[in-house]
Amino acid sequence: MDTQATQLRPSRAHALSPLSGFAAALPLLALLVVGLSFPLFGGGYWGVIATRACVYWVLVSGLNLVVGFAGQIAIGWVALLTLGAYTTSVLAAGNVMPALPPYLALSVAAVVGAIFGLIVGLPALRLRTFYFAITTLGFATIVTQVALAWQSVTGGGVGVAGPVFPEPFASQWGFYYFCFALAAICTWMTANIAASRFGRALTAIRDAEVAAEASGIAKPALLGAVFLFSGAVAAVAGGLFAALQSYITPDAFTLDLSVLFFIAILIGGRSSIFGPLLGTVLLTVLPEFAAPLVAWSTFLYAVLLLVIVLAIPGGIAEILDFRNRRPLESDRAIIPRPDLLERLIGAAPDTGALTLQQVALSFGGVQAIAGLDLEIRPGLVHGLIGPNGSGKTTTLNVISGYYAPQRGAVRLNGAALPVLARHRRAHLRIARTFQTPRIVGSASVLQNVMIGGTIDGKGTFVESLLSLPRHRRDEAMLHDTAMLALAAVGLERLAPVRADRLQHSELRFTEIARALMLRPSFLLLDEPAAGLSAEEIARLGTLLLAIARAGTGVLLVEHHPDLIFDICHYVTVLNLGKVLAAGTAAEIRSHREVINAYLGA
Amino acid sequence: MVESIVSTGLAIGCIYALIAITYNVMFSASRVFSFTAGTLGMAGGVLGSLFIARMGMPVAAGFLLALAGGAVLGIVTEIVAVRPVLKSLDQHLYVLSTLALALMIQQFTAIEWSTEPQPFPRLFDIARGGFDQQFWLPMLACAVVIVGLELLYRHTLIGHAFLAIAEDNFAARALGLPERRLRMASFALAGVIGALAGFAGGEMLLAFFANAPMLTFYGFVPVALGGMGNNRGAVVAGILLGLFQQSANFLVGGIFASVAVFTVFIVVLLARPEGLAGSALRRQV
Repeated sequence: MDTQATQLRPSRAHALSPLSGFAAALPLLALLVVGLSFPLFGGGYWGVIATRACVYWVLVSGLNLVVGFAGQIAIGWVALLTLGAYTTSVLAAGNVMPALPPYLALSVAAVVGAIFGLIVGLPALRLRTFYFAITTLGFATIVTQVALAWQSVTGGGVGVAGPVFPEPFASQWGFYYFCFALAAICTWMTANIAASRFGRALTAIRDAEVAAEASGIAKPALLGAVFLFSGAVAAVAGGLFAALQSYITPDAFTLDLSVLFFIAILIGGRSSIFGPLLGTVLLTVLPEFAAPLVAWSTFLYAVLLLVIVLAIPGGIAEILDFRNRRPLESDRAIIPRPDLLERLIGAAPDTGALTLQQVALSFGGVQAIAGLDLEIRPGLVHGLIGPNGSGKTTTLNVISGYYAPQRGAVRLNGAALPVLARHRRAHLRIARTFQTPRIVGSASVLQNVMIGGTIDGKGTFVESLLSLPRHRRDEAMLHDTAMLALAAVGLERLAPVRADRLQHSELRFTEIARALMLRPSFLLLDEPAAGLSAEEIARLGTLLLAIARAGTGVLLVEHHPDLIFDICHYVTVLNLGKVLAAGTAAEIRSHREVINAYLGA
Repeated sequence: MVESIVSTGLAIGCIYALIAITYNVMFSASRVFSFTAGTLGMAGGVLGSLFIARMGMPVAAGFLLALAGGAVLGIVTEIVAVRPVLKSLDQHLYVLSTLALALMIQQFTAIEWSTEPQPFPRLFDIARGGFDQQFWLPMLACAVVIVGLELLYRHTLIGHAFLAIAEDNFAARALGLPERRLRMASFALAGVIGALAGFAGGEMLLAFFANAPMLTFYGFVPVALGGMGNNRGAVVAGILLGLFQQSANFLVGGIFASVAVFTVFIVVLLARPEGLAGSALRRQV
C-alpha cells in the first residue's frame, strides 16, 4: 500500500499542511531569534514582562489544543495555573512534608495538573458548549476559594512564597531563558500535534463531530490525552508564575487571567499555533504601553473578544492567511480517475455481506422503519429509494449506529454490529457520507481527507507530541493515501485549498475521498447526487461503479432515478418504513406498485 | 440554628431561582444562554445601592430605576451580543459574545463603582427580626415573578406570542409575529427579573461586582438541573440548591460547601445531561 502510494506524489511542497512547510515556520523562527536575543536590548522591567509572556504561553499553548483545536470553551483554565502555582510553592517550601527541590516540585505539579486537567475536562464529553463553559467557570471559582480557606497549607489570604530555582536559573535572565526554553518546547510540541492526525481529529470533533465519529475517532481517548497534556503544561506554567511573582496569594489568580488566556487564543485564530502565540505576546505587552489603561485592561480584552467574535471569527491567523485569498479557477471540473481506485482500496478483505434482518424502529408513534430486510454485498451497488419519510436515512443511521433498532439485527458477515457504537463502524471498514457534507471548513481539502484515515495511524499521542519516527511515517502514509484518494475522485488540484471555499459538488466528492481513506468494505452514501449537475452525476455514477468493482459494497440512498437505474445492481424500494419492492434495477423499473407509489406514471 | 439555615437557604435559593428564570426567559426567546444573566443580578444590587444609598432617592424610585436599568441591560444584551450571532447558532458564538459583554459590564462596575462590596440600604424601616426582610424579600420577589409570568404567558396576547416564538420560531415568524421586537421585549423582561433578583437580595449579597460570576454560575445550576426553559423546575432546583448550600455551609464549612455544590452539579449533569426534568436529545444526522 505505502510503496504503491508513494509513486503518486504530485507537487508535494504546495500540498503540505501550512504548519509543516518551512515558509510557514519562518514567523516562529523569527520569534525564536527575537526571544533568544531579547536580553541584549531589554531592560530589567521588560525582562519581567518577557518572562511573563513566556510563562503565559506555556499555559496557552496547551489550552490552545483544547479551545482552538478541539473547540471546547474552557474559560476557567486559570484554575490549573493556581493549582500548579500552589502545588509547586507548597512542596518547595515544605509546608506539608519535607521540602522538595524546585524541579521535583514542578514535576509533581505537572502530574497533579494533568490529573485535574482530566477531571475538569472530562465533563466536555457529555456537556456541550455553554454547560462546559459554566463548569470550568465554577471550577475556577472553587479553586480560589479553597486556596483562600485551606490556611494550614496555602497560607490563606497571606499567601506563600514561590519556589526559587537554583543557579543557573536564579538570576533574572537565567530564569528568563528557563521559561523561554519551556515555551519553545511547548510551541514545538503543540505544533507537532497540530500537524498530526490527532490535531486534525480535534478539529473534526470541533467542526464536524459526526464525520469524526464516522472516521472512527474515539473522542474520549483523544480529548483525555489533550486534557492531560493541557493540564500538565498549565500547572508547570503555574509553578513558573509563582517563581516569577516570588510570592503568591489567591488574589493573583483572578478570572481576568483566564480571560486573557482565552482571548489570546481567539484573537490568534482557531487551529493555529502562531496566531495564539502572537496573541499571548500582544496581550501581555499591550497594557505596558498604556499605563493609564492597566485598570481597564480586562475591559478592553472583553471589548476585543466581542469585536473578534462579531467581526473576524477567524482571528489573526485568518488575516495572515494570504494564500487562501487568491481566487480559485472558476471553470474547474471534477474529473475522477477510477483507475486509481484499485490501488487505493486494494483488494478489500472478504467480509461477507452486511445484512439487516427485520429491523424496526419507531419514534414516538411514528414507525420510521417497520421490519426491514436488506442485504448489501461486496462488489455491488445497492440502491435504496423511496419517497420522503420512507425511512431511507433512518436505515443508514441504524447501520452507522446513530439509532439502536428496537427489533431485529444488523449483521456483518453473520456477527451482530455493536449497538450505537458509532466510531466502531470505521474499524469494521464501514464508511459513510452525509446528506449535508460534514467538513472542517477551516482546514485544507487534503487535511479533511486525511481525517478519514485517522484510525490507520500507528503512532501514539506522545509520539506525535515529540515527532518520533512512527509519527512521521504515519503522516507521510496518510498524506500519500489522501493525495491518491483525491486524485481518484478528481480533486487533487484543490488539495491545499481551504475546504470552505469549495463548491457544494466538490464537497460531496471530498466526503467520498474521505470515506475512501478507510479502504471501506462497505460505503454508505446519503444522497450523494443532491445538488450535482447532470454531468457531475454521470461522473459520480462512474466513480461509484468503479468503487464497487474494487470490491466495496456500496449502499446508495438517492432520489435521482437515473443514477439509481444506471448503476445499481440491486434496488430496494421503501415506502412507509417497509420494503415495497426489491430486485434488480430492471425488475424495479417495471414494477407496477413502484411506478404507482413513487416513480409516477 | 435550623431556622437560620432554612430562612437563609430559602432566600438564597429564591435568588438563584430568579437568575435561573432570567436565563430561561432569554433562552426561550432566542435559544441562547447568556452569560449576562448573573451580571443583571449584580447590576440590580449595585444600581439599587447607587440610587438609594448613594444618591439618596426614595426607595420606590430607586427600585423602579434599578429595574429599568436591568431592562436596558437586557436590551443591550440582545442587540450587541445575541442578535449578531443568531444566524450561526450552530457555531455557538453566543457563548463568547455574551461572555464578552458580561465581562465588560462587570469590569465597568468594578472600576466605576467599587472593587469592594458596598452596603445595600434597608428597604423598609422595620426592626430586624428572626424572619427579617432580607430573607422574605427574595422569596416575595420570586413568588411575584412566578405568578406574574404564569399570568403573562397564559392570559395575555403578548404572553401567547412569547410562547409561540419559544415553541417554533420559524412558524411564529411565518404567522407574522414581530419576532425581533418580541425577542427584545423578552430580553428586557429578563433584565427586569435579573435586576429584581439582585435588588431583593441586595441586603444579603451586597452591592458587589464579583456577584456577577457567582450568580452566573449558581443561577445556572437550577437551569441545568431543572431542565432548560422549565421555570417551575428552576424554582424547585434553585430552592433545593440554596438549602443544600446553606446546610453544607453549616455542616462542613463555607469552602467545602461550594466544593459540594460543584460536585453535585457535575455528577447530576454527567448522569443526566438534559437535567432532572428535561428530556430529548436532538437529531444529529
